[in-house]
Amino acid sequence: MTLTETASLQTAIETYIPLGRSGLLPALHAAQKLYGWVSEEVATEIAKSLRVPLADVHGVIEFYSLFYNKPTAKRVIRVCTDVACALKNGDGILHHLCEHHGLKPGQTKPDLSLTIESSPCLGLCEHAPAALVGNEAETNIDLEENTYELGRPPSQVDGSIRLLTANCGNGTTSLAKYGEYSALKKALTMMPEDVIAEIKASGLVGRGGAAFPTGVKWEGAAKAEADQKYVICNADESEPGTFKDRILLLDDPHRTIEGMCITAYAIGASKGYLYIRAEYPYIFPVLENALSEARNAGLLGENILGSGFSFDIEVRVGAGAYICGEETALFESIEGKRGFPRVKPPFPTTHGVFGKPTVINNVETLCNVPLIIDMGSAEYRKTGTEKSPGPKLFCVSGDVAKTGVYEVPFGVTLREVLEMAGGVANEKKLQSVLFGGAAGAFATTEHLDVKMTFEDLRGVGLPLGSGVVMVFDETRDMRQMLKSLGHFFAHESCGKCYPCQMGTQRQKEILDRVASGKIVEGDFVRLQDVGWTMTDASLCGLGQTAASVVLSAMKLWPELFVEGQTSKV
Amino acid sequence: MTVTLVMDGKEITVEDGMTLLEAARENGKDIPTICFHEATTANGLCRMCVVEVEGMRLLQPACIVQAANNMKVQTRSEKVTRARKTILEMLASTMDLSDAPEILTMMDEYGASHERFPGAERRESEVKDDNPMYIRDYSKCLLCWRCVQVCADDAQYTFAINFEGRGFETQIGTFFDKAIPETTCVLCGQCVGVCPTGALKPKRQFMLEQGMSPQEISVLNTGRKRRKEK
Repeated sequence: MTLTETASLQTAIETYIPLGRSGLLPALHAAQKLYGWVSEEVATEIAKSLRVPLADVHGVIEFYSLFYNKPTAKRVIRVCTDVACALKNGDGILHHLCEHHGLKPGQTKPDLSLTIESSPCLGLCEHAPAALVGNEAETNIDLEENTYELGRPPSQVDGSIRLLTANCGNGTTSLAKYGEYSALKKALTMMPEDVIAEIKASGLVGRGGAAFPTGVKWEGAAKAEADQKYVICNADESEPGTFKDRILLLDDPHRTIEGMCITAYAIGASKGYLYIRAEYPYIFPVLENALSEARNAGLLGENILGSGFSFDIEVRVGAGAYICGEETALFESIEGKRGFPRVKPPFPTTHGVFGKPTVINNVETLCNVPLIIDMGSAEYRKTGTEKSPGPKLFCVSGDVAKTGVYEVPFGVTLREVLEMAGGVANEKKLQSVLFGGAAGAFATTEHLDVKMTFEDLRGVGLPLGSGVVMVFDETRDMRQMLKSLGHFFAHESCGKCYPCQMGTQRQKEILDRVASGKIVEGDFVRLQDVGWTMTDASLCGLGQTAASVVLSAMKLWPELFVEGQTSKV
Repeated sequence: MTVTLVMDGKEITVEDGMTLLEAARENGKDIPTICFHEATTANGLCRMCVVEVEGMRLLQPACIVQAANNMKVQTRSEKVTRARKTILEMLASTMDLSDAPEILTMMDEYGASHERFPGAERRESEVKDDNPMYIRDYSKCLLCWRCVQVCADDAQYTFAINFEGRGFETQIGTFFDKAIPETTCVLCGQCVGVCPTGALKPKRQFMLEQGMSPQEISVLNTGRKRRKEK
């Protein structure tokens, strides 16, 4: 590196140097913004500046899909090839683009002007097929008509109620329009334990997939003794088929920020992180702008609204790792490490990020918080059912007439949601619904009248997950969908525990055989053994659910996995 | 302080704070382990030591979970055996176990087949012979992490090695794949000492296995030779 180059790198990373190791991901992002990739010299300079061992810096670059240690263009086109986009010829688009530019997937032009690669789910499922071109979303790509939309992805929001999404669907809501955090103001007049009691009384449970009672989590962190506590918003929305958090943050960032402030007040935290996936670059400026609006209005920072309570939020950007949506892997990532999930217990409420008590909540969960404090838990509970109170967002994609986010009270049926979405597209019949996400299960026509509540769904073995409702019409070959999910998990396994590290690979190989009709004798039992081993023995939620969809499909359509079966259609 | 629990139907009393693995071993019960080593932090990677604990949905790693009063533990239930056998079969389909006799014994014990996964992709790699002290044959590596741990804050604080890739593609590696002498490695040999599968091996042993005679090895210009001459 020349002296000038070293100087410009130093300028780019200087903000992160005081953070030490925790500044590693931000510093690597800054370096890539300058060069497109991280060379050996650049990695060495970052390692020295942040005082992180060289081998560890390399280990981090190697872990995250969106860090490159080989020449890569600053301009990257990432074409989504995961399930929702696969239904709409995502692979075809990838190959068409590659052919057009004379590249193969994953290759970079020799003059470093362009890199094209396939990408796991970009969270643009309602606009499938989709891609990310630099920092812009390219949506509804139509090869035949040669049309697409480029820029901020439009928000398609509908539903029978509009509580969480009241401000969604019309561009970003400014602070002036959102209003100066009335719920936070109310919370600041309450004792922190009363805020927690109100959240507990509301019956709110986490919306990220695990459905843990939010108030109980807060109480745990509030009771833990420590000099520093943290609130983290998990905006690493990466579950294939999920895009609700994208819309909540893009259209109504203040609701999440206010939710974080109330959480921080309740548990006694002074610092917050909003960890957002790197595949949502068009949201970063929206968040930074909203944060500065809040700071300028005295709603964030020192002595908020003269209450003596201080709290501020730092945005952290992931780097292409689904596993970082797992809470402890996300902590590791904030700490500047490979996103390996930790062994639990200890739990985050006592040993979270930097080993301190931490509350980590999903975006949608946090968006419920201002609602509950504003209207009171009794009023909040009037929406939804006794055991599953409140509003819920469903991400409807695939073969329906009107894809998008649908807000409904808990307790509506799948049939009702599908009717809102205009039913199965092109007058075809329903075959199945991928429910809950890649870590979910398949629903069929017999589940249409099951009420969508935690308790009713549990009764029929369907996980609510992150609210994914991905629809497949009668003509779809489910084996191709399973193949796509198999590739997703093999790509996203962190490699820490053996069942998932090898199991996702073996599962992928068997699903490839199933999809191509080249089943080997014994594959059914083999796939089942791998699936159950991952489910029972994996270290974290990724491995424990990596076979969930496959096992559900094996139960519903065993014939798909047996030799001689050519096609279901 | 002691705790009393039931393991495989038998009531046992052990010291408070003991892991289920320690409790089992103290009571003459064998729970297999691969990644576990007394000298390194237990990370619960291999999941071979998983056991079934009544009331818990998932199998629990015995190397980490502490024994508690009234716990009911099954160390060899059907679920446990299926997981162990499948993990072993996946290992055999992934890597070269020829230098890992303990694992081969486990495979026999659990009736695990070496051919369970036809057409499976293996993790193969060239032998890295880049320093006078040890060779690295990652075809034999099962990612127990011990070498990385002892090189870092479990022992030596050298931080010469870390991980490459992710998921199934994970491998142990140096900064930009540098040869060992170009890293911070101080040739302390601790990584070689804790490697359970012969992926890290003393150079001399490797050369003997390659068919070289002690005489042939001794004429090589190694540190050992020079010391002998003095």
